[in-house]
Order: sequence, then structure tokens, then C-alpha cells
Amino acid sequence: MKILVTAKRVEDPESKIKVKPDGTGIVQEGLKYKINPFDEIGVEEGLRLVAKHQGEVVVVSIGGKEVQEQLRHALAMGAHRAVWVNHTGPLDQLAIAGLLQKVTEKEKPDLVILGKQSIDDDQNQVGQYLAEFLGWGQATFASKVESLESEQEKNKVPAVTLTADGKAVRVVREVDNGLATLECQLPAVVTTDLRLNQPRYASLPGIMKAKSKPIEELTPAKLGVDVTPAIQVLKLSSPPARKAGIKVPDVAALVDKLHNEAKVV
Amino acid sequence: MEFQLTEDQRALQQAARKYAREVVRPKAAHYDETATFPRDLLQTAFELGLLNMAIPAEYGGVGLSHLDQTIVAEELSWGCAGVATSIIANDLANLPIILHGTEEQKQRLLGHFAERLKFASFCLTEPEAGSDVAGMQTTARREGDEYVINGAKCFITNGGHAEQYTVFATVDKAKKHKGITCFVVEGRPKGLTVSKHENKMGQRASDTVSLTFEDVRVPVKNRIGEEGQGFAVAMATLDNSRPLTAMFSVGIARAALEHSMEYSSQRKTFGKPIIEHQAIQFMIADMAMNTHAARMLTYESAWLLDQGQRNTLQSSYAKCFAADMAMKVATDAVQVYGGYGYIKEYPVEKLMRDAKLIQVYEGTSQVQRLVIARELFK
Repeated sequence: MKILVTAKRVEDPESKIKVKPDGTGIVQEGLKYKINPFDEIGVEEGLRLVAKHQGEVVVVSIGGKEVQEQLRHALAMGAHRAVWVNHTGPLDQLAIAGLLQKVTEKEKPDLVILGKQSIDDDQNQVGQYLAEFLGWGQATFASKVESLESEQEKNKVPAVTLTADGKAVRVVREVDNGLATLECQLPAVVTTDLRLNQPRYASLPGIMKAKSKPIEELTPAKLGVDVTPAIQVLKLSSPPARKAGIKVPDVAALVDKLHNEAKVV
Repeated sequence: MEFQLTEDQRALQQAARKYAREVVRPKAAHYDETATFPRDLLQTAFELGLLNMAIPAEYGGVGLSHLDQTIVAEELSWGCAGVATSIIANDLANLPIILHGTEEQKQRLLGHFAERLKFASFCLTEPEAGSDVAGMQTTARREGDEYVINGAKCFITNGGHAEQYTVFATVDKAKKHKGITCFVVEGRPKGLTVSKHENKMGQRASDTVSLTFEDVRVPVKNRIGEEGQGFAVAMATLDNSRPLTAMFSVGIARAALEHSMEYSSQRKTFGKPIIEHQAIQFMIADMAMNTHAARMLTYESAWLLDQGQRNTLQSSYAKCFAADMAMKVATDAVQVYGGYGYIKEYPVEKLMRDAKLIQVYEGTSQVQRLVIARELFK
């Protein structure tokens, strides 16, 4: 089977993120970047599925030249080849889904696996839009029944499974009151939740091999997608700094404050 | 001149950092405390290609450049210098074969390391001959198609777990360093005895043993280079490995620096975090500055090797400066932590013990200075 996975470039959560004083964006100097962790889970799931059923994992990313680093990461994990949509400048979720739709129509995969959201702006929209644009079924927030320490996880068994006839996927998804199991006709769009799997480490031989794997370059113009943003970010601001706590002398003072100031008791 | 890592180098660094942070760090204190062999960590290192980095790709290794290897070495040592020493021990043992082996020897003696987790040991040091290699007492006597090795080796890393030993012995003591010859001993032949491992001050996760050779027979085809070339083989190997040892110091120092920055921002005295006291700021500034200086010296010494140039002077600069630097930085980290720094529950006293070994192994800081002076007046 052929699987298309995404690899968005996001700020490394271990970096210190600062908003620019004028609120037009974040300070990029000195920031580290990595593949969106939810996408990395998607790459891992794709690799497990093709390990079991044969096939190919194609990884796609959208952005400037620098996103090749994230594509190479997915290639080092084991993805077979990459598609790079070269675009600099702001993109909204509709434009991203539009670009991915065209890439999907070109690649004709059986399955598209995306992170349920990216950890930079946490929109949680692209997978759903993409399924709608393609007219495909979707299973979002794919998760798994076993723990991440289970034997199956250690043996890298895919949690997204194919039905016996190979025409549909079975996906366990996290919902508010537990787990729901969906069956979805192929081709389909799946978005990954945090507990779907533990992505493998890129090995040194994998990194060396990734150098010679092909990255195909496309552009929004070549794909025929108008990426003019419909959404404009007006201003970014840091959350207000937390005020320091206070010490109260005794229980009576605490109860007094909870009752009269916080008004919770 | 280019002062930034390439995309590939960043990828290698990230892969090694992830291994160091997620696999090594959580268990580093345990292996330090128990001084047991970290086989599980080394198994993962093997699977990720971190072991045998120096073996060229055509013999089943990763074939990283020297500069790339140092980038990885910093991360490994940042995780735990003892584990890093155990990981790099294979490359140290295999370097003589990589540098001076014949094509047949490379195929036969390097290729099998790709099959499964296997260890190799570099056996140069003797009770009476450390940096003074020419004083070697272990002998090799030719008998037909074999050499018969007799003698003792000490401080052999991974020696208790190795399945292949690169051994230096003299074919004629009277010839001093011109008699030294390099051999590869496969498996555990009759006459090779391994002692129990040494109870070391630091880098306790790495296995260190003494070996005794009593009429150990080695086929002539396992001689690396010609008779009498062993000294040159050993020196070339150490020129290659010195940048890695230097980078171990950088990894330790960076760990010490990071711990100190974190702790000094939290710990309060006289009503403010201690980092707001200039005395602490100066210590931390010195730590950061010296760590980076050592890193740059080391990169240069590895880069020279990649250019095919001799790096004896620069690699001794790097190894000596970095080892002394790491000792100072780790000691200062204990100072920043104050009383807590002296307690094993906190991570910095281990760094101080680990750093000390780098001033000692693979040529003491004093021997490095001898080499530097000798090179300068050449």
C-alpha cells in the first residue's frame, strides 16, 4: 500500500519561545526546529503499516528550503521518498489542505496520515479539511488500546489495521468518554493522537541513507493552488506572567481569603 | 572557513542527543552506582549505528567523517562519559585495522561487527608501559604460520566482554619501539585470561580489566602491518582517537554547565537566586567560554584528519586543553551546587569523577604537553 505522511516544521518545544515586541511573530533567532511530534507519530505508523503490508511511505512538507531538514528526518526514519512544496510566507489551514489535496491527487495514496494538529498553532483542522476536499472518509485522533510500553509497541505492530479484504482501515480513536473504533473505506485520511505509537529513533545508517533518497520539489503555482490567506494574524502576545503566590499565617486566614477574595468556598 | 554544522551533521547530532537524553541519562546514575556493564544501552547504541561509527560503509559500518564522529561523541558523553567510553572502545580497537589492515583483513575482521552487538578491545597499555610504549614487555614470537604472544595488559576497556582484541606486542625487546607489532586476537583463545573489572573512581559504566596472555597463538594473517610497524600503527590510531577523547571532555563540561545554570537560577541565598551573585556569574561564564573553546579546538583537530593532514599537534592541544578544562568545569559545578554538589543524589559529583579519567587515559595531560613541545620544536 502507498501511504502519504506529513512532516511539518515546528519550533522545538525545548526552545524558549519569545514573541517579537511588535507582536508580528516570534523571535526566530536561536530557535531550534523539529518535525511536529504528531506528524512523527504519523510517519512511524506509516512505516509500520508498510513493514506489514509492503508498499511505500511518501513524506510531504510545505515551506521554504529549511523544511528539507524535517523531510530528511522522516527519510532517515525510513520513509522512501519526499515531496517538498516550496513556499515561503504565511499559509492558512485552507491553503495547506488545498496543497495537500493536490499532492494527494498526484500521488494517489491509499492512506494519508497526518498529525491531528501541529504543536505550533494547534489548529487541528488540516486533516479534516483534506478529507472533505478529497471526498474521503476520515478517522481523526487515532490512538491505540495497548499502552506504549506493551509488547506490541516494542515489536512495532501498527495500531491502525487493515480489514481482511484490505479495503478498509480500522482505527481506534480517543473520544471524550473513552475509545471509539471506526472502520473507514480506503482511500482515507487518518490523523494521529499522542498515544498511537512511540516513533523510532533515526539511526546513523538511516541518516546516511536519507541523503540519497529523492526529494521532489513542487510549488503552489505548479499544483495550481491559490494560497492567498483568508485568515490574517493581527497580533501575537505572550500569556500574562503568573503572579507570585502568597503565604498565609494560618488556616483561618486561608479560609477567609478563599471565601472573601477567591469566592470559592 | 565554515562555522556551522551542515544539515547532515545537525541530523546526526539530534539522533545522538535523543539517544543520550532518552536512553542513557535515565540510567546513567544506576550504572555509575553499580559499576555494571550497560549492555542494554549499548544494544540500543548498536541498533542506532552509534557503535562502529568509524568502520567504513563498505565493511558494514556507518563510515562517519572524523568531524561527524566528534559531533556524536559530545552528545554521548553528555549522556554519560562511561557509556560513551564503552561505545567508542570498538572504534578505538578497530582503528588499527581500518588504518593499516589489508583489504582481506578489513573484510574479515571488521565486517562481522555489523551482524550483532559485539565488542572489541584496544590492548596497548601494560603495567610497566603506558604512554611509554617503547617499554613494552609483551612479546610475540614467530612459530611457522603463527605468533605466540606472552605478557600482560591492563586498563583494557570492554575487555571482559570483547570478542576481538587488538594487541600490541614486541617481536624483539632490544629494538624498543621498532620491535612493536600489532595483532588481532579473535575470540577467547586458550591462554587468554581476563581478570575481574577494576573498581574505578569514575566512568564506572565502562568495563576495565587486565588481560594475561600465556602462549596465545595468533595466525600470521592477523598481523596488522609489518613486524615493527606497531608503534606507528598505535600512534596513528591515537592521533585518530584523540579528538574523540577531547570531545568526551566537552560533553562532560556541557552537562556540568547546564546543570549549574539550572541550579543557580533556582537556589536562593541572601534573598536572590545565586546566579544574580557576580561570583557565580563569573564561574558560569568561564565554564561556558572554556567548554566552547575546547569544542572549537577539537573540531579543528578532527577536520585536519578529514583533510588527510597530520593532526598530532592540534589533537594534543585539543585533548590536553579539553581534559583539563572539563576537570575544572566539573569541579566548579560542584562548587556552584555547594554542599549538595558533594552528594551523590545530585548529578555533578559524577561529572567530576568522570572528567578526571580523561586527564589520565589515552595519554595523560602531561604526556600531551610533551607531545606538544616535541611537535613545536620539530
